Amino acid sequence: MANLTASGASLSRQGLSDRLAAWGRHHRFVFKDALLRLFDTPLAAITTWMVVAIALALPIILYLLLNYAGTLRQDWDGSPRISLYLDRDVAEDVAGNMTSRIAARADISSATLITKQQALLDFERHSGFGDILNSLPDNPLPALIEITPLSTAGGDIQLLLASLQQEELVEEVVYDAEWMLRLFTMLELAERLTLSIGIVLAVGVLLIIGNTIRLTIENRRSEIEVVKLVGGTDSFVRRPFLYLGFWLGLGGAVGAWLVVQTSIGYLSGPIERLAQSYRNDFALQFLGIEETALVLLGGSLLGVLASVFSVGRHLSRIQPK
Amino acid sequence: MLTFDQVSKRYPSGKEALSGVSFNMEAGEFAFLTGHSGAGKSTLMKLIIAMERPTNGQILFNGENVNRISNSRVAYLRRQVGVVFQNHQLLFDRNVYANVALPLEIGGHRPSEIRGRVRAALSKVGLADRENHFPITLSGGEQQRVGIARAVVNRPPLLLADEPTGNLDPELSKDIMDLFLQFNQVGVTVVIATHDISLVERIGNRRIDLNQGRLRDSKWPI
Ligand SMILES: Nc1ncnc2c1ncn2[C@@H]1O[C@H](COP(=O)(O)OP(=O)(O)O)[C@@H](O)[C@H]1O
Ligand SMILES: [Mg+2]
Repeated sequence: MANLTASGASLSRQGLSDRLAAWGRHHRFVFKDALLRLFDTPLAAITTWMVVAIALALPIILYLLLNYAGTLRQDWDGSPRISLYLDRDVAEDVAGNMTSRIAARADISSATLITKQQALLDFERHSGFGDILNSLPDNPLPALIEITPLSTAGGDIQLLLASLQQEELVEEVVYDAEWMLRLFTMLELAERLTLSIGIVLAVGVLLIIGNTIRLTIENRRSEIEVVKLVGGTDSFVRRPFLYLGFWLGLGGAVGAWLVVQTSIGYLSGPIERLAQSYRNDFALQFLGIEETALVLLGGSLLGVLASVFSVGRHLSRIQPK
Repeated sequence: MLTFDQVSKRYPSGKEALSGVSFNMEAGEFAFLTGHSGAGKSTLMKLIIAMERPTNGQILFNGENVNRISNSRVAYLRRQVGVVFQNHQLLFDRNVYANVALPLEIGGHRPSEIRGRVRAALSKVGLADRENHFPITLSGGEQQRVGIARAVVNRPPLLLADEPTGNLDPELSKDIMDLFLQFNQVGVTVVIATHDISLVERIGNRRIDLNQGRLRDSKWPI
């Protein structure tokens, strides 16, 4: 008898280290138990994981593609240029004089002559089609003067373009800023779109995991009631569900990682060819260790967060009767 | 150790289950809580472990004011009160051993200690050979005894039992009562709700008698 109910020994007074040990024990137990319980209903678990995986993978892939597009912008030094294509038969010294004259203008920051010869060399180097040009009797490329304007404000540029148009010996004036700026605006739009899709899908992940946890809480209602009746604290009751959220998020992130790596493998061929055609040596890289860690961490955090919300909403409503 | 001071409980339905109940229990006492069905016995017990809150009055347990206890303290209060519930409150997806071990796991005891205490409690209630059985495979009386083992496994200073012999034949009833008397002999304060007057009169301990939620008399001893 005495070993069963030692008189007066109420709550056995545990020291701090005992309590910490007990706390660690319960964490380890629940950590494993939450995962094992998921495998009790494999279909439900896999469904949640797949939905979470897709919701996480989509913004990651969009982000990687945008990152790729961003490298195009880095190639461009950012200052808009005006290209002045000269008539084919303008002599080199005439073109040189013309360049110095233009460079001296007050509304121009710099002007550089690219002779027909240089233009041909550049073309050969970048395009790999040199042989074709060599087989032609004459160099078909015109000389051009590349101009960096002082001001890129709309009105100033229009005036400058008009006055350059008046120059003799000029075949064509090309201002490359317009389509570049348009492209960049589109990129920015795509970036914001990706961000919004990412946010929407992250909220979706929170709702999916939160809902799975709500259902699990409902299924384990009587257990929660009994645990509360015999002295389980709120954090003791909450713990299994936080770990459940962790596992749901982590499993989803692992799935997302697989989807992303597979997609990169599938897309990298065309992307590399596209990059080469833009004289860009960019290649879509598989996720490295750091990025993988980031994806897994992000997924788990989302899972725990979803669980915190869901548990906060649903657990306090369950009181023993 | 336990004091009720003018305690009333009105349920949201409007039913006044307890009206102005006052009594005091010293540590180590053994009392029966009697009264007709619906007299308020279960309600009184629920108030002690804060499953319900009183509408009026004060409840003191070990110097702590149970009406004002914060939600986070309720768990620690319940660890000091072993309760044998009228409806057992067992977990049907866990075996007998796991059911009895639950309060100890919650209390954070070491696994070796848990094993020893659960075995001791189960052999005390005569279910040593049933630890791997699931509650659904046990009779009502056996389930009741699992509930008793769970209530005492944590060695609480106060033990409440709500109609613990309701499902038992006279033979088993007597065994169970002897068990409670033994707990009491080692210092545990015991309150047993029952409407089995013959049992109460046979044992002859203090009686807290409820009638329509009011204290009729508090005989010590009867
Ligand atoms: N949750 C509740 N809501 C409303 N009325 C209740 C509730 N629980 C008990 N009652 C009522 O309070 C009275 C006392 O009930 P109870 O404490 O269970 O009595 P006893 O255990 O003595 O049979 C009864 O009339 C019962 O119907
Ligand atoms: Mg009752």
